[in-house]
Amino acid sequence: MSVLSVEDLSVSYRIPGGRLRAVRDVSLSVGRGEVLGIMGESGCGKSTLAAAMIGLLPAGASVDGGVIRLNGADMLRLPVDEQRRLRGQSVAMVFQDPMTAFNPVLTIGRQLADFIGAHDAARHNRADIAAMLEKVGIPDPARCLGRYPHELSGGMRQRVAIAAALLMQPDVLIADEPTTALDVTMEAQIIHLLRDLRTSFDGAIVIVTHHLGVIAELCDRVAVMYAGEVVEEAAVDALFHDPRHPYTRALLSCDPAVVQPGIGHLPTIGGRIPDLSALPPGCAFAARCAMTDATCASPVPRHRAAGRSVLCHRSKA
Amino acid sequence: MLAYAIRRLGLSVLILIVVMTAMYGMVFLVPGDPASLALGPRATPELKEALRERMGLDQPILTQILYFFGNVLQGDLGIDVWSKRPVLEQILEVFPNTLILGVVALGWALVMGILLGCAAVVWRDSWADRLLGVLSVSVISVPSFVVAIYALIVFAVWLNWLPAIGAGEAGDLGSQIRALILPAFAVGIGWVGYLARLIRASMLEVMEAPHIRTARAFGMRERDIVFRHALRVAIVPTISILAVGFGSILSSAVFVESVFSRPGIGTLITGAVEKRNYPVVMGTVLFMTGFYLLVVTAADLLIARLDPRVRDVLRG
Repeated sequence: MSVLSVEDLSVSYRIPGGRLRAVRDVSLSVGRGEVLGIMGESGCGKSTLAAAMIGLLPAGASVDGGVIRLNGADMLRLPVDEQRRLRGQSVAMVFQDPMTAFNPVLTIGRQLADFIGAHDAARHNRADIAAMLEKVGIPDPARCLGRYPHELSGGMRQRVAIAAALLMQPDVLIADEPTTALDVTMEAQIIHLLRDLRTSFDGAIVIVTHHLGVIAELCDRVAVMYAGEVVEEAAVDALFHDPRHPYTRALLSCDPAVVQPGIGHLPTIGGRIPDLSALPPGCAFAARCAMTDATCASPVPRHRAAGRSVLCHRSKA
Repeated sequence: MLAYAIRRLGLSVLILIVVMTAMYGMVFLVPGDPASLALGPRATPELKEALRERMGLDQPILTQILYFFGNVLQGDLGIDVWSKRPVLEQILEVFPNTLILGVVALGWALVMGILLGCAAVVWRDSWADRLLGVLSVSVISVPSFVVAIYALIVFAVWLNWLPAIGAGEAGDLGSQIRALILPAFAVGIGWVGYLARLIRASMLEVMEAPHIRTARAFGMRERDIVFRHALRVAIVPTISILAVGFGSILSSAVFVESVFSRPGIGTLITGAVEKRNYPVVMGTVLFMTGFYLLVVTAADLLIARLDPRVRDVLRG
């Protein structure tokens, strides 16, 4: 039973002279205790997808079609105030940049109390908040509550953000590039924290990242996005050991961690992502793909096999 | 923080010295002998000389300035040439009137400015936002003494709801409040528009900040986000403007107090200028400059109080 599911979701941005199609016909689902990774390069639509999942699309963006179900409820068709009530309580989010994610003039304790107060002022007190901070590895949590965001390091702030997201015991935790803004040691610590969390948190986790290491360390399943579409979805082991979509293969071969030493350069994928406001017919990756032939300009079939789906003319699931 | 406050205070004293020296220089550059003007055309040379001596005008200018500063340090702002009363006594007598006018005018302007500024943010780009924009610019453009005259004609003369002149009966709070309404309205109305625009711009910027998105992601109500989280950030740059604004409010009080014949610093200084009552002019300017510097310093300390990042920078 999936906690959060996205069915044929399309999101576009209004731009001068047209629409930029950031997310196209995406279908995904994640169940309790499961960790889903959404992977892709900058501009592939993964952050827009994450924003849509929590119902906070930026100005100018709109859902063109599709359904987002949270515990079976059709999120997009709920009244605005019902949607708001679900945020923080049923679905919580950790953002990319912990430096700017908190209000600079309010203490950590005041902000966390306000977040909880939006749903249930009576249920949580200062001691509960401190206990949650301790759980995510904040030393001296009582003191941390009285501090301002700029007095904490980036890693500490991201821990606070994770604690804040967990406070209401949500069904789904969405982390949008949770380690990208951190330096390497902090990044490792946050990855460890999220991995430890898997044992104590019984909800679903969605991690959006371009970092292959984060996916490999944390996720059960991964969806690879390209130009707004999920081009391949599979279990993490299967995807890393046997990538089927040409884009996934190209992406994995560019990971600095797997590049053979001594080749003298880092491999890249030639060309650039297509213009999302004027997409080519057929496969969006065709212009950069080594396997392209005449069929690639026609509508692309999705192949499905045990636990895997691939959107490609030339590769099978 | 304390070191900062002391540094600011030292700077204020320096500014005061510069202002007073400039004032003294001005008195000597303006044509006409204060003593002859004070005594009129039929005064004998002996009388004029006696008055000049009493006013200290026969001394070299540097001596006069040093003498003046020496007196100021002892809390003596000089003696009124006409009434022979100490200048400080006269200032303290009318200053509360001006202070109350300034505080009430800026106070209602701030409350209205915050409400209208936030309303413009909540209903951004709607017809209400545009209407508020046009109204704000209109009220900013009208000088306060023009508002004062119209308010006087409509509410005091035609409708007879509020008193036209004075500051109310001493000891009668009700009449004092009624006498305050029209002047405070006239002085504050332009500031309502100005502050509404300022807070709207500041709020729009803050509402785009990532921490507002965080607050939304945690399901906070939009109203709470605007008033509890965004306003706390947006108000900080407004405070230094408010302090500067207090200075300009005190100067517009000069006109408005004249229109309403309301005793205050404005009426005191205009009367003194007309009669070349230099000790009163100088004392009043010194007093108001000092008061203004105090307000600006207080505003900076308040900003440090409201923004922990500024506080830490000051702490060093």
